[in-house]
Amino acid sequence: MVNPSTISKDELSILLEQIHDPEIPVLTIQDLGMVRDVSWVNDHWKIVITPTYTACPAVDAILEDIGTLLNQQNIPHQLEVTLSPAWTTDWMTQQARQKLKAYGIAPPVEQSDHVCGIQLFQKEVTVHCPQCNSDQTSLLSSFGSTACKALYKCNHCLETFDYFKCH
Amino acid sequence: MPATKNTTPLIKWLFYMADSNLILSQRNSEWCGHGPVLEQDIALTNMALDQLGQARAYYQYIAHLLNQDVQSPEQYTNEDELAFLRDNRAFHNLLLCELPNGDWAQTIAKLFFFSHYQYQLLNMLTQHEDDTIRAIAIKSLKEVTYHVRWSSEWVIRLGDGTEESKTRMNNAIHYLLPYLSELFNPADYELSLKAYDIESLKEKYIAAIEDVLEKAELPIPVSFHINLIQQKGGKQGLHTEHIGFILAEMQYMQRTYPNMEW
Ligand SMILES: [Zn+2]
Repeated sequence: MVNPSTISKDELSILLEQIHDPEIPVLTIQDLGMVRDVSWVNDHWKIVITPTYTACPAVDAILEDIGTLLNQQNIPHQLEVTLSPAWTTDWMTQQARQKLKAYGIAPPVEQSDHVCGIQLFQKEVTVHCPQCNSDQTSLLSSFGSTACKALYKCNHCLETFDYFKCH
Repeated sequence: MPATKNTTPLIKWLFYMADSNLILSQRNSEWCGHGPVLEQDIALTNMALDQLGQARAYYQYIAHLLNQDVQSPEQYTNEDELAFLRDNRAFHNLLLCELPNGDWAQTIAKLFFFSHYQYQLLNMLTQHEDDTIRAIAIKSLKEVTYHVRWSSEWVIRLGDGTEESKTRMNNAIHYLLPYLSELFNPADYELSLKAYDIESLKEKYIAAIEDVLEKAELPIPVSFHINLIQQKGGKQGLHTEHIGFILAEMQYMQRTYPNMEW
């Protein structure tokens, strides 16, 4: 049991590292940059979360997980979801990108401003295969198994793989 | 029943945005498991999910606004009620969004016309004075950008493809054309909100559409400029015969088992 007045903001942040994205379990919500603010308000901690996509189905599960964890530790809290500022892959930590790659998902390679243009048939960015590291890869579809991924194929080892696309 | 009477122009307009996304999302998700190839099936259902997410953001905001005025907790409404318990006359979606999917070309053309409209509109709304609307616009714009690119590339691929694909793309565009005038025929709530300049929206939209049609080597319809045939009513809740079937399917569970949850 933790006395609410004794847990520090840093300790709370470390605690939140136990919360993973249910769709990409290798990443925590901190890795993804989904935790926007942690602050002490009057008598409780306010934690602000932002979804990756408007329809991100993981958000409800994440809120429930945080609630369960903090209740177990008797930490008074209030959870809030905000859309602003809009989540971007630019917020993903370096550590997150390495974890993704090791997990078999190619991490985003560009800055997010790239996706905001509507130029058609854009030149494909070079994405390295997370299996064999080859740069001989090609885009199969800009939409993949979840909203945040695109589908690529490696022309060297012939595996298909997910690319965490820029957003 | 959601308390939707005495609604303000803002709430009516939010329904317009929410319903248009929800209904097109429902239509696009009809392709789930039926796409011509797996990658495109997944692409279309991903976009249906984005549209559902955007619809939710608007419904949640509407529920928040409506709940400010209620007297007792049992009158509180929520996003589920707003999506699943309103009748067709209460839906403000564009007629374009409720039209049948038809063939692949018609599905593409619907998304093409709608996503370009959203793109220009959301771009304007990123400057809106209301914090929530601005936040939804900035967030949605990133998703819609992918929809614009995907649908435009398909219009070009089919238009500049075989004789067969060109004919089908052209037919789809002409079938949908009469429904485009509604985009720029402002509803009373749009006029009173003054959130965006419809004339400049129309100008940017037509330029963007024509640019793609040119690349697709498809003829540019003259009626873009002179509005020969006009279909309207969706924004005011007057729909085609298709809406009833969509709602019957979409709302079935919640109406049969009220308050059910997964
Ligand atoms: Zn490889």
